[in-house]
Amino acid sequence: MKATERSTIATAFQEISKRAVAHVRELKQNKPYILVGAATCGRAAGALDVLKTFREEIKKRNLDCPVIEVGCMGHCYAEPIVIIGKPGYPPVCYGYVNPVIAERLVNEFILGENPCPEFVIGALEANDILPSFQDFPRAKYEQKIILKNCGHIDPTDIEQYIAAGGYTGLAKAIDMPPEAIINEIKKSGLRGRGGAGFPAGRKWQYGRDAKGTTKYIICNADEGDPGAFVDRAILESDPHSVIEGLIIAGYAVGARYGYIYVRAEYPLAVERVGIALKQSKKLKLSGSNILGSNFNFDIRIFQGSGAFVCGEATAMANSIEGKAGTPRPRPPRMTTSGLFGKPTVVNNVKTLAYVPQIIKNGASWFIKTGTKDSPGTAVFALAGKIVNTGMVEVPMGTTLRQIIFDVGSGIPNKKLFKAVQIGGPSGGCLPEASLDLPVDFDSLQNAGAIMGSGGMVICDEDDCMVEIARYFLEFTQRESCGKCTFCRLGTRQMLEILTDFTQGKGKLEDIDNLEKLAEEVKAGSLCGLGQTAPNPILTTLRYFRNEYEEHIKLGKCPALMCQHLIAYYILPDKCERSCDACIGSCTVEAITPNKKRIKVIDQEKCVKCGTCLKACPPQYNAIVKLSPPSEVPK
Amino acid sequence: MERNKQSVNIARIRCKTSYSLTKGSSFARIEAGEDIVTKVNTATNETERQQIIKETGLILNRFARKKQHLIPILQGVQGKLGYLPREAMIEIADYLNMAAVDVYGVVTFYNQFRLNPPGKHSIRVCLGTACHMKGGYITLDAWKRRLKINSGETTPDREFDLDIVACVGCCTKAPVTVVDGNPEGQVEPTRVDGILLGFGHEYGTKDKEKSESN
Repeated sequence: MKATERSTIATAFQEISKRAVAHVRELKQNKPYILVGAATCGRAAGALDVLKTFREEIKKRNLDCPVIEVGCMGHCYAEPIVIIGKPGYPPVCYGYVNPVIAERLVNEFILGENPCPEFVIGALEANDILPSFQDFPRAKYEQKIILKNCGHIDPTDIEQYIAAGGYTGLAKAIDMPPEAIINEIKKSGLRGRGGAGFPAGRKWQYGRDAKGTTKYIICNADEGDPGAFVDRAILESDPHSVIEGLIIAGYAVGARYGYIYVRAEYPLAVERVGIALKQSKKLKLSGSNILGSNFNFDIRIFQGSGAFVCGEATAMANSIEGKAGTPRPRPPRMTTSGLFGKPTVVNNVKTLAYVPQIIKNGASWFIKTGTKDSPGTAVFALAGKIVNTGMVEVPMGTTLRQIIFDVGSGIPNKKLFKAVQIGGPSGGCLPEASLDLPVDFDSLQNAGAIMGSGGMVICDEDDCMVEIARYFLEFTQRESCGKCTFCRLGTRQMLEILTDFTQGKGKLEDIDNLEKLAEEVKAGSLCGLGQTAPNPILTTLRYFRNEYEEHIKLGKCPALMCQHLIAYYILPDKCERSCDACIGSCTVEAITPNKKRIKVIDQEKCVKCGTCLKACPPQYNAIVKLSPPSEVPK
Repeated sequence: MERNKQSVNIARIRCKTSYSLTKGSSFARIEAGEDIVTKVNTATNETERQQIIKETGLILNRFARKKQHLIPILQGVQGKLGYLPREAMIEIADYLNMAAVDVYGVVTFYNQFRLNPPGKHSIRVCLGTACHMKGGYITLDAWKRRLKINSGETTPDREFDLDIVACVGCCTKAPVTVVDGNPEGQVEPTRVDGILLGFGHEYGTKDKEKSESN
């Protein structure tokens, strides 16, 4: 590349960046502003009503205060979340906001001088008036690299992203020779965040070295793992970071086209990526002659149609080609013959989101975080029985205990921790003994789980491990594409055995059969789906074998979860004559009072939905679950 | 056209045999005892048929005749018609110059595509890990009980259709049900009744009132 061209790229970007900074300054400086978190998780909690209220209140009072729709900050437990910035105050984050609180915030904080500390979760900066996020125990562990912008910028406004330092990496990359970029990524040790942890730099090198003029990059956003939502949150909150990473990858590999393969189940993500692509094209940051250079790169969105197996690279290629998404045998590798038979590099959303920052700040900056073999941060979606559900980003090497108890604030309702499920249907359940395990690609693999796409579901003492294994098997069995016999029939057989266990029909020798079958399915399947499908069974058998045995020998579910093995029962000496809460709550009218007005459950009618248990007032606590059902007195 | 009709018939036979041969066949949504062939719907009368062909044609015009556009086309047609009737699949096959059985194969492979007409309101129960553990399966049972249909079906009055979805990514609001595209958090059996009542439907309370008046 000639020196003149190099300078034109820098000046072209400087121009764009100057305009963006001016735009944001005009938007936020010297006046109050309101950010409303309205990603899918926020919307489920009613963020759109809050947004509407804010807009109406501001309009009614004729205030100069922009109300900006942003993405997800990661504190999903407190949705809907609102951040209000006002000159003289640090930006303040409010949780559990509803339209009534929204109105009050406008009246008292925007118009008045009362920051309403009763609704505050924390201020974004340390200060003297309000508690700040830095005071939280989680602040000690959290370190945000790819979630940095999430919840702070408007995902539909490219200038806010640029003003936050976005596209600097791209401008720098296009000034570098492609080999230098690949070397930088190699030096950073960035490993694929899709689950397997394959070094991204090496993959790019294969793609670059592959023969052929047409090459493709695919961004894998087919986040099919139930329990994982990091990719969705990033695409909804900060789509430009992924697009920037994709373009850099395209430049490094020498590709002309990029695809973003998003699940159709994420309509908001599809919409926001679409808007982002249009904006980047308008500013000449993607499309032809990017930033005035001679590099052309076009990105298309492809909507997946709801097949888990399409998260596998070769199946994804088939799906984009318009075929059923069944995997292809490897070799040839995707980097040799992938999409339309051309060399193709497939990278996960998170992997690509790291790329711009690595290029911008250098590999040596990146390897400062994390462990030697797994540099950088790990992003997890915390869900299940945990107080602070949401997204967390911690350096690799943080222990599970720190993530669950310090960042996630532990288990709600004073229950005991039982297991943590990592990596979705391909991962495993780790028990309390594994909690001090540092989280990185290799240590999780050794323990029987995988990093996966970052889903971390926490189970407490009320969760049955056999049922969890059955649930995952049901999922993989349903999603198996049917190409390999072992996966197609093996998962079915394993599911049947597990279903028998949860219904109290199991036989002891079936445990051995299950183990044998699991190993065979692992060995006999072509793609990751079949190879990892038995993981939930193998880990639960490894760590919770006694639960299996109790199900089989005693017909008892120790966690009182398996519906066939439990019965609801009202303790006659605890039930209160004058209370009929359970009768009204019962969805199938299975509860009737007897002559003494003590309530009795008709076990024939009962569908075991548990509504009565929740309805029974805590001062009586008269309803219990019994297992096995034969324990109910006649 | 004639050839395509034949191939759809062959597809039906093939599906039947492959199912009966393997019993546990993984053709994704075949549950035990369910006959996939009945799932293909055709237009009931000539005007509906014309309508389907017209709408399908409008979508097809937006795409080049390349096989790689099959899935976007199917998504477009389903977006318009709500489901994929036999006529539409045959039209698409003709347009892309491929056998109808291959279109059918792709349609039945992906969970997103449906072969029966949708109801006025769509109910999607999330069965992701977090939802399952917080009782998503109980919620699904409640929906089934109230609507008196199984997942993948539409109520006879075409008011509601019920289906499951693997995960909508709102794990923090578990158990989630997506009602008409809006994810609703913490949907437990009592909220199922509440949502139905919100639509002005008394699926939830009918039985109760009856037994009270008796």
